[in-house]
Amino acid sequence: MKVDPDFLDTLRLGGEFNARQCINCGTCTALCPLGMEIMPRKLFRYALLGNKEAVLKSTEPIYSCLLCKMCEANCPGGVHIAENVRALRSYLNAEVLEV
Amino acid sequence: MGIPIASTLGMLGDNLTKRKSALPLAGRVVTAWADGLDLPHGGKTVIYTGQMWQMVPAINAMGHQLAQYEEKEADGMFRMVRRLNRLVNLTSFLARTTAAEREVYYERLRNIARLLKAAGVKFGYLYEDDWYAGALAYDEGLDPAFRAHAQRVAEMLKRHGVERLITVDPHTTNMLRSIYPKVVPGFHVKVTSYLEVLAEHPPKTVRPLDSTVTLHDSCVYARYEGVIEPPRELLMHGGAKLVQPDLEKGLTFCCGGPAETLFPTKSGKIAAQRIEQLKACSPNVVTACPLCLASLSRAAPKDVHVRDISDYLVKAYLPAAKA
Repeated sequence: MKVDPDFLDTLRLGGEFNARQCINCGTCTALCPLGMEIMPRKLFRYALLGNKEAVLKSTEPIYSCLLCKMCEANCPGGVHIAENVRALRSYLNAEVLEV
Repeated sequence: MGIPIASTLGMLGDNLTKRKSALPLAGRVVTAWADGLDLPHGGKTVIYTGQMWQMVPAINAMGHQLAQYEEKEADGMFRMVRRLNRLVNLTSFLARTTAAEREVYYERLRNIARLLKAAGVKFGYLYEDDWYAGALAYDEGLDPAFRAHAQRVAEMLKRHGVERLITVDPHTTNMLRSIYPKVVPGFHVKVTSYLEVLAEHPPKTVRPLDSTVTLHDSCVYARYEGVIEPPRELLMHGGAKLVQPDLEKGLTFCCGGPAETLFPTKSGKIAAQRIEQLKACSPNVVTACPLCLASLSRAAPKDVHVRDISDYLVKAYLPAAKA
């Protein structure tokens, strides 16, 4: 795994991204209507670790997210999950998809 | 494989920047619902549709077109369409709708305006300046296009001297009430959903509802905006009996609508799952969002009736229309 130490800072240029309160309990993944294993805790972990490559490979889950906040409403860590997903989209739009 | 994300979002962003809407509608398509209602032009308090109800038939048509490419390689074609769309509004061809399709959604807007009048609320309408608020662009992370548009909407409202907006769908409510104040410095317009307005000043019940219904809470109303009790109060005050699923209020389950543009198959599966939860309570499903209405209607079998809350409120609170 290649780590980009600046990845998180770059990500935050696109908006609020903060998943440090995540305790990796998996409540979010269990409740997600999409049932995608990577969403959202693994994805956030990749971002926190600077695993840019793994984030870039996750375009489909990132844009599939319904932003329904079922996960966020039940997150014991109080992570702003929907806003984080939006920040990932904003980053991908600007850096990768050139939208 | 799959609907090309970059080109599709690119088109929506280009449209918002160049044509003031992710899915631009002709001026008359936006305002025709208000014909015959005698709503005053402008005013300090206005009903603001943000074009969401008017846009749903176009969203349905666009979704139908896009769904054909879910299992195909279409990147090249979509890139070309995006380039052309910058010059000519191709989305209006891709999302053509009939007058009958539009009328279904106009009627809900007329319902809402009539209910507000019956409740004694004084309000005007901005007609051609009833602009889209930008929800899709914001949700998809099209930030530069969204921020520029939000600024433009805010300036337009200021020009009109608007102090209070009565919104008619959760997405526009959320944009104008919770997002604009964060991205537009000095945006202080008071924003209230018509459901909140009516719940505060309910009209007199004239024809009590004799129906058992199940209310589908919109994620945006319930979890983003905390609009949970007003639809319940209005339905029950009107005489309806509510039978609710476990996943309601702050724990409501999504209708699948947000995935419709890019991932129609996933969207359909989630809608079908939600319909199963709702129909276990009652075959009369009530929605309070145009996108939930469209998404759940597509997934509902023939014996499940999905209707907007305004359909019920009109029955309860307004005298029967003369034939």
